[in-house]
Amino acid sequence: MINKVVKDAEEAVRDIADNSVLMLGGFGLSGIPENCISAILKKGVKGLTCISNNAGVDDFGIGLLLKTRQVKKMISSYVGENAEFERQLLSGELEVELIPQGTLAERVRAGGAGIPAFFTPAGVGTEVAQGKETREFDGKLYLMERWLRADFSIVKAWRGDTAGNLVYKGTARNFNPMMAAAGKITIAEVEELVPLGELDPNNIHTPGIYVQRIFQGKEYEKRIEQRTVSKI
Amino acid sequence: MLDKIGIAKRIAQEVKDGMYINLGIGIPTLVANYIPSNLHVVLQSENGLLGIGPFPTEDKVDPDLINAGKQTITMMPGSALFSSAESFAMIRGGHVDLTILGAMEVSEQGDIANWKVPGKMVKGMGGAMDLVASAKHIIVAMQHCSKDGASKVLKQCSLPITGIRCVKKIVSDLAVLDVLPEGGFRLVERAPGVSIEEIKNATEGKLVIEGEVKEMVI
Repeated sequence: MINKVVKDAEEAVRDIADNSVLMLGGFGLSGIPENCISAILKKGVKGLTCISNNAGVDDFGIGLLLKTRQVKKMISSYVGENAEFERQLLSGELEVELIPQGTLAERVRAGGAGIPAFFTPAGVGTEVAQGKETREFDGKLYLMERWLRADFSIVKAWRGDTAGNLVYKGTARNFNPMMAAAGKITIAEVEELVPLGELDPNNIHTPGIYVQRIFQGKEYEKRIEQRTVSKI
Repeated sequence: MLDKIGIAKRIAQEVKDGMYINLGIGIPTLVANYIPSNLHVVLQSENGLLGIGPFPTEDKVDPDLINAGKQTITMMPGSALFSSAESFAMIRGGHVDLTILGAMEVSEQGDIANWKVPGKMVKGMGGAMDLVASAKHIIVAMQHCSKDGASKVLKQCSLPITGIRCVKKIVSDLAVLDVLPEGGFRLVERAPGVSIEEIKNATEGKLVIEGEVKEMVI
């Protein structure tokens, strides 16, 4: 069996070159590949296209790569509370393609599933529809959307085994499973790497066929964007 | 006139037993606090959860468990977790019964704008375009007018729109309005202490008034 296990994030991202197209899992700061983002930051590659639902916050997640101007283009659904992202977007320094979240999820899914295009009602009659084919099915209008694929997909899971099988936890699953399938090379960082046979085959979220490299990450910060608590 | 909590309380009256509901960020999130306890509903979070529970106590905070507004949450017994693709399959597939979201503008045709102010603010549409394109029933929570007094309930949206002909009902600080299939807003209820005249003045779009307009009971 091919050895998929690499030592750490540095080894996992070793051949990511300038101008690569990356997919990065996560929703907000939940389920983001923290170790690989740090390694890409350190590596200093530039001209990246990043496909990710959000772009982190100013000083965490993909926000770190925006600050160092390593990102040429973001493909996302929500800028949210990232002031640097919003500033670069409005000033035109950063190329940004904003996509409805469900369309983004489905475009990535389609990429991994070998479906080059599909029709969705999201965005009909809006800016998103510009330049896209609109077609009527059973009396309702739909837009044609294309698949998305990446040179490298970088995902974060809770547990993984040496075959690359992955299990996610809570809402940290989000975009990770579709992205895992849509990368030419998929890198998975996991909180716990276990030997074969440890994971229950009934409960695998991402089958190992999609994963080329896997490593156990370290020092997860798992920063919380909106810590909201109740007193009782 | 209603404050944000008043708007949330009035919207909560629209909730029916057994509904699967998606709540947007802001006032819509507050609606969950006022759903009568005898109703059993399931709240959907588009990042991948059916069964949002209350905010956690400090010792139960889990960074791997957040809602679409990135707030820490808990799960109700009987919850289900899934990917974003699965989540939007249930939204696009029409399985969610009610969508409640905020708006910057709504037109008398039911068009909604809530994601962008050109040159000033771009938050992105997040899941809003998918939600409004497919939801069976959409209620908008909004302020009737902007801070400088301009109506946000319009003939045509001036901002880039999120979706066309999709809003069915508006609950604002001044009124409950139904968007008519042929266009126009039917005045359903007045907020406490608000006159029909005030609502007329605050509504740029076509306002239809039929018979007596009751004051809301909150």
